[in-house]
Amino acid sequence: MSRHHAAVRPDPRMNDTSLAPRGGRFEPRIAQRQRTGRLFRGLCLAAVAFGVVSLVVLLIDVTRDGLGVLSLDFLTRYPSRLPARAGIRSAILGSLWMVLLVTVLAFPLGVGAAVYLEEYAPKNWFTRMLQTNIANLAGVPSIVYGILGLAVFVRFLGFGRSVLAGAATLALLTLPVVIIAAQEAIRAVPSSLREASYGLGASRWQTIRHHVLPVAMPGILTGTILALSRAIGETAPLIMIGALTFIAFDPVTPMDSFTVLPIQIFNWTQDARAPFHDLAAGGIVVLLVVLLLMNASAILLRNKYQRKL
Amino acid sequence: MNDTGFSLGARRRLVVQERIIGALLFGCGVVSVLTTIGIVVVLVSQSVGFFAEVSPLEFLTGTRWSPQLVPQSFGILPLLNGTLIIAIGSSLIAIPIGLASAIYLSEYSKPRTRRIIKPILEVLAGIPTVVYGYFGIMFVTPILRTIFPQTGIFNAASAAIVVGIMILPMVSSLSEDALAAVPRSLREAAYGLGATKFEVSTRVVTPAALSGIVASFILAVSRAIGETMAVALAAGATPRLTLNPLESVQTMTAYIVQVSLGDTPYGSLEYRTIFAVGLVLFLITLAMNLLSQRITRRFREVYE
Repeated sequence: MSRHHAAVRPDPRMNDTSLAPRGGRFEPRIAQRQRTGRLFRGLCLAAVAFGVVSLVVLLIDVTRDGLGVLSLDFLTRYPSRLPARAGIRSAILGSLWMVLLVTVLAFPLGVGAAVYLEEYAPKNWFTRMLQTNIANLAGVPSIVYGILGLAVFVRFLGFGRSVLAGAATLALLTLPVVIIAAQEAIRAVPSSLREASYGLGASRWQTIRHHVLPVAMPGILTGTILALSRAIGETAPLIMIGALTFIAFDPVTPMDSFTVLPIQIFNWTQDARAPFHDLAAGGIVVLLVVLLLMNASAILLRNKYQRKL
Repeated sequence: MNDTGFSLGARRRLVVQERIIGALLFGCGVVSVLTTIGIVVVLVSQSVGFFAEVSPLEFLTGTRWSPQLVPQSFGILPLLNGTLIIAIGSSLIAIPIGLASAIYLSEYSKPRTRRIIKPILEVLAGIPTVVYGYFGIMFVTPILRTIFPQTGIFNAASAAIVVGIMILPMVSSLSEDALAAVPRSLREAAYGLGATKFEVSTRVVTPAALSGIVASFILAVSRAIGETMAVALAAGATPRLTLNPLESVQTMTAYIVQVSLGDTPYGSLEYRTIFAVGLVLFLITLAMNLLSQRITRRFREVYE
């Protein structure tokens, strides 16, 4: 029991008379209580069903709307004013750029920060502040990161409305998630491994590089893939930095302007003309398939290495 | 040359190398602090320019929000009202359904069922918010319009429903974790006293896990407040003081998106509104996240 919640304080539930004897004689009323129990169980089951059914309905609705526009042409054409000619080529390329650059930026920084916090950081106020700060950053709404990216990357550093500005913004957004996942993976490495390495005369970094990181890597990668799959679906921060433009060319350098799948979907959903809504649904199906593949690979990675340890 | 530290020169090089690596890793950790500082500096410095022209009192108590119309007014209450409707509406869905799901998964279902159902529910949180926006407009709104013909094309109810579905797994998963952490002995003691499963679940296990459950509620509401795309698409862009969920409203987040979609010149007073609104949004979500962390830490029942 809790030290702070000792039994001295009278528990308000003690006044609950529903189970207490009525008329001075104890009546278990088992049948009635069992009925209540069954009703409650049914309600809880219905709640679970609500979530699952919502997911199924959402997936069916989107697929039904979007299946008609899916074709190779849809994937390889640029957006167009004519719905019959429109595609998501530039959006796919933009999203690929994002994943690539966000990984390059956020992965080393995130793993580095996690290694610092788990293996190097002294136990003092600064470390505690770092840790609280990371937890809070994970809860900051994504649009606030967009405001930051707009002011710092687009304006102050002069990246303009480029691939680089977008990726830098999304990297900051995913960083806390990567750090927290990497920390958990590193913490799960048994300390006997570290001590054996130190015992053989290895330095701290040698121990981390050759023993801690290899063991923690599957966990780190799983967390990173999940964080990246969140970044792929992000729309608001990229709209903030001005990525909602008509892009009918391939972004080839990090300084080019760009669009991404979620923004293209947003743009088409927002359009008042119905044919564009099917294009939006088609884009959603592509986006969901990409996310499904990423999540599946993360789960497979986890399962494969979980059994090993 | 080896790096096992046998020769003095190699030893010294190793020490220097260790120092450099330590400093680099420290630098990685500091990036997150710089991010927070960056957010605060950007929001506050731009808001200062805004509040030099608009009094904070007018901003916080004004009942009309029309920075892009003449006459301009900068009362944030309509935006707060929109955000509140979405937050309350989505909580009405996510909190009871999420908690009931958590109780089912933790107390009633077989471990195998839980292992399958919990990740399926979590998929709901992984679906991009723009997809929920599409679902809100194309699926939920038409249903609402069939039931209530006076429903607007853009309405708060459809946005609240899809946001509620989106934050549902946050409540169900985090609450389930809290319920599952309640020791078996508590349940068995209650069974030993003749309680039914319903009584054990609702009067022993749920109260014992209450801090974790409440923390999950707060996190979910905070997520709903910060939610942008689903709301911008489904709830519309009409800042108004209303409690009618069938009307179009505008949230703080949707307003910020609207400005950045338009061609308001950077640096103008209209443009600065997004920093002032962003500051309010940031402070509200930060307060809720801190509160949830505090509840988890302070009120956790420590068993054993």
